[in-house]
Amino acid sequence: MYHSFLKSVAAFAVSAVLVSPLSAVTLNIHNGGDPTSLDPHKVSGDWENRIVGDIFEGLLTEDPGAQPIPGQAESWTVSDDGLTYTFNLRDGIAWTDGTPVTAGDFEFALQRLVDPATAADYAYLQYPIKNAEAINAGTITDLGALGIKALDDKTLEITLEQPTPYFLGALTHYTAYPLPRHVVEAKGAEWVKIENIVTNGPYTPTEWVPGSHVTTVRNDGYYDAENLKIDSVKFFVLEDASAALKRYRAGDFDILTEFPTDQYEWMKTNMPGEPQVAAFAGLYYYVINHNKPPFDNADVRQALAMSINREIIGPQILGTGELPAYSWVPPGMANYGEPAHFSWKDLSYGEKIAEAKAMLEKAGFTDDNPLSLQLRYNTNENHKRIAVAIAAMWKRLGIDVSLYNTEVKVHYDELQRNILDIGRAGWLADYNDAHNFLNLLQTGIPNNYGRFSNAEFDALMEQSNGMLDLKERAGVMKQAEQIALDQTAAIPIYYYLSRNVVSPKVKGFEDNAFDIHRTRWLELAE
Amino acid sequence: MLLYALKRFLTTIPVLWIAITVCFFILRLSPGGPFDGERPLPPAVKQNLEAHYNLDKPLVQQYAIYVGNVLQGDLGPSFTSEDFNVAEQLKLGLPYTIIIGGAAFIIAVLFGILAGIYGALWRNAWPDYVLASIILLGLILPSFLLAPIFQLIFGVELGWLPVGGWGDGELRYIVLPVAVLALPHIARISRLMRGAMIEVLHSNFIRTARSKGLNTGPIVLRHALKPALMPVVSYLGPAAGYLLTGSIVVETIFGLPGIGRYFINAALNRDYGMVLGTVIFYMVLIVMLNLIVDILYAWLDPKVRSQ
Repeated sequence: MYHSFLKSVAAFAVSAVLVSPLSAVTLNIHNGGDPTSLDPHKVSGDWENRIVGDIFEGLLTEDPGAQPIPGQAESWTVSDDGLTYTFNLRDGIAWTDGTPVTAGDFEFALQRLVDPATAADYAYLQYPIKNAEAINAGTITDLGALGIKALDDKTLEITLEQPTPYFLGALTHYTAYPLPRHVVEAKGAEWVKIENIVTNGPYTPTEWVPGSHVTTVRNDGYYDAENLKIDSVKFFVLEDASAALKRYRAGDFDILTEFPTDQYEWMKTNMPGEPQVAAFAGLYYYVINHNKPPFDNADVRQALAMSINREIIGPQILGTGELPAYSWVPPGMANYGEPAHFSWKDLSYGEKIAEAKAMLEKAGFTDDNPLSLQLRYNTNENHKRIAVAIAAMWKRLGIDVSLYNTEVKVHYDELQRNILDIGRAGWLADYNDAHNFLNLLQTGIPNNYGRFSNAEFDALMEQSNGMLDLKERAGVMKQAEQIALDQTAAIPIYYYLSRNVVSPKVKGFEDNAFDIHRTRWLELAE
Repeated sequence: MLLYALKRFLTTIPVLWIAITVCFFILRLSPGGPFDGERPLPPAVKQNLEAHYNLDKPLVQQYAIYVGNVLQGDLGPSFTSEDFNVAEQLKLGLPYTIIIGGAAFIIAVLFGILAGIYGALWRNAWPDYVLASIILLGLILPSFLLAPIFQLIFGVELGWLPVGGWGDGELRYIVLPVAVLALPHIARISRLMRGAMIEVLHSNFIRTARSKGLNTGPIVLRHALKPALMPVVSYLGPAAGYLLTGSIVVETIFGLPGIGRYFINAALNRDYGMVLGTVIFYMVLIVMLNLIVDILYAWLDPKVRSQ
């Protein structure tokens, strides 16, 4: 009797130990691709950002709406000339092994980021910092020349090349996270292995099965740990969006970070409120090759841009209702206001077609002498649908369009080498500023695939650099945007949407233009 | 026999070397590189990356470095995975692939042979027709269609089995992927088995056995089975190779962490190290499987043995 009582007590104790982690709140996220790394200097995808941004935290971090708020820094001051930022770190912040997070960890991390030996593919995001670009390109070899200094353990000073209005936003990015200097120096490249890694964010990784999932658990040493509602997150690798939706329906996932667009109508009817589609700071556009006649003729370019019926692309061809793009900068970028737009935006489609036809004729293209062009896109169902639709619209002007698709690596390789007539491209904002889009059209920028080159545009962009008055700066950039549109530098088609499916159990998921939803702000109702 | 096996093994070394060489140069000559993508890198950054992976050296020198590393058992880094190199990724993924592929292989062989014998015995009667139609279905429905259908029926609608994932490796997680993987092989094996069995059952030695008054059961098991297995055995090598290297479709749709998905993803990503690593791995596996099949063949067929 006594024996069996002991046994049941033991069994109870064991089950209590076993049950308590099970009853912890676990969020299951369908995260898409396999992360390249957990090292913030080695990643570049949004699926990696979701994990890395939960386990590390920079001087600033994102609020539920993806706006910058204080992170590891409690406060900061900016010098009057806009060049020097001084950050004061919070008290009591520490790595998960208990070592304090110091200003030196930030200095170390940013030096490592721009060090050519690190080969960080996103290093250029911190080029606003003094000498970052020169060090990254190898023209300055002294890492100490970087404009970042730990004045003491709690105070960090960053000096910029020129005033950069979006710099605080850029500090929320994972390229600006601190690294545990003591671990990186002790373990080298192995520091990021799951058994070595220490982090300073609200969560810390405990398991990584490549091809399956990454698990993170709450970091009780985090300064805001008491407000964390979720104890553990599993980020699942699954690249097949239809399979992901099925697993969501079977209850495996609480959040899908992508869904098959052709299921949108079905989901709206059968799972109302769960698919969440929101404006995303990104532009889907076609590049025109300015070096190749007849596309060097502004009339030809405008005719091509005008004759696309953008209104039907989002609702009918993609089915998710992407908004038509008549500007180069998507609406809603910080410090910019309403973007400029094509002068012909408000004409009816019939009028646009008529005018486009007249412009083509003026350029010498008639039914007997049709314009023929090649439209390139990277292999993808949606790109194909759009290309086919746009080719049909251009056929109405008598243009002879041939479609050409290649896999993504080849596509971008050829765009970069300026091998194209018209080619599909897209851009998602790296930071919340119109400059990030307008910059794509500047002379000499590798991403300027079409090689648009306009002295006046370049001069205005140059002028906007370093302007301290944000209103004035926006005005100058908008003038530049208007020039790009009047010249039809490229053909904007639609603004991207983010596509998530969120279970009604998940609270605190706010739509935002950067599609960043840190677990810290989420809650999972039973 | 041992000498034969050794000789077979030694001939694979030049084959392997040629395959690596051809593959290496084809990969480098194909347009697009590992660092091209939606987000083009500034030239300085791209240069840093290429230097990091030795891609800035002359091609011949890169080739020498690679072959040298392979000889020392180092398959090199993967461009799409910083934290796990090629060998580590293959090692991590292999157990999953072996469990799924191995289970599918055993089931395919077992059910395929049984269905084949059954079909041969009931030849051109209704059980044969029913079986043949099911098998035909298994053959014509590609796995990228079959997998989602199974997921919908058994996972979402009926809720009997998990829709995907590995879970804790419990049996119920592997039922659907194994079924999808095995079905086409069951179909093929049963067709081979049925044909061979019918042929053997018509041969003289079976007629003799029958005339001695033996029943169908012992005739099939003791006399007909072994010779009828010959075509099936020759199919087992490629089938095992296919199943054990994993299926990109099944792994992608069910979200399993095996190695099948590397084959295509690595090529699309221009992940040079990973492509070559998988080629080497695949070749070694195929060569070994073929060797096993040859030995099995010799055991089954006295004619092969005496040669």
